[in-house]
Amino acid sequence: MVKGTVKVRLKDGVLDPQGQTIMRALLQMGYDWVEGVRTGRTFEIELSADDEATAQGRLKEISERLLSNPVIETFQVEVRS
Amino acid sequence: MRFGVVTFPGSNCDYDAYSALRRVLCAPVEFLWHTDPDLKDVDCVILPGGFSFGDYLRPGAIARFSPVMKSIIKFAETGGLVWGICNGFQVLLEAGLLPGAMLRNDTLRFECRWVRLRVDSTRTPFTRGCRPGQILRMPIAHAEGNYYADDETLQDLETAGQVLFRYVNKEGLPDEPSNPNGSRRNIAGIVNRNGNVVGMMPHPERAVEKILGSEDGLMLFKSLLGTTATGIDPISQRRVVSDRGI
Repeated sequence: MVKGTVKVRLKDGVLDPQGQTIMRALLQMGYDWVEGVRTGRTFEIELSADDEATAQGRLKEISERLLSNPVIETFQVEVRS
Repeated sequence: MRFGVVTFPGSNCDYDAYSALRRVLCAPVEFLWHTDPDLKDVDCVILPGGFSFGDYLRPGAIARFSPVMKSIIKFAETGGLVWGICNGFQVLLEAGLLPGAMLRNDTLRFECRWVRLRVDSTRTPFTRGCRPGQILRMPIAHAEGNYYADDETLQDLETAGQVLFRYVNKEGLPDEPSNPNGSRRNIAGIVNRNGNVVGMMPHPERAVEKILGSEDGLMLFKSLLGTTATGIDPISQRRVVSDRGI
């Protein structure tokens, strides 16, 4: 079994209302050194694959098709065996 | 004109759409089940509002891969009429049948209120009964209706006249206070290039009787039914356009 992580985040320039609200809250709490917050999502995935390259390819495919929406999001795949 | 209303797990406006058609407009309508690829020979498929698959991952992201959607994508590509309302719009975006995507409302709230829509194109089967610039009152009810597309896509939509509805004020102007969710250019609904696939966040099926607060949603249903010319459904021989007129 191989374990992989897919990190999905909003593309630069796409409005992130949640990130903005979290940032406002942090500033209100006194963390005046916060300069920006962007939210995202992480998927921990267990899969069968003979090698890392295969695992990478498989995770990339499902990230493109389902886990992310390429119109507004980008993703990053990490594999560890 | 026969309608099919799709039910996904979590759809909750399927009966509203069904009732608007069957009870208010006396139009032939069937339910379509999400696991059944059979579209039952309908002329127009409605993807209703709700929370298909619990809105898990992203609204519409899971529903988009249902067996019925495979048939609907083919149906749309061959010119069949497809109408996505609220969650149905989100499904159409995820399926790539319409350009763009939905973000969380910029208010971060579930916005449930009445809005005014301006009809910006009457060259579609969905709006042909409207006057250009006509203002329609309908409710919205969504948390993710903040329409996003990049600048280039927006420009393409505007140039091709694919922006169908915009949130506007009493004077018909798309200003910021009238925008309930942060949608770019106050966009509330769009149509594809071929004019047969429409997505909109407001709920016309909830504005079909005076007792509901507005009958303006009927304009869109009647525009579609008007495409059968006589108002008599050819299959059932029932009168499908009511006497109230468009």
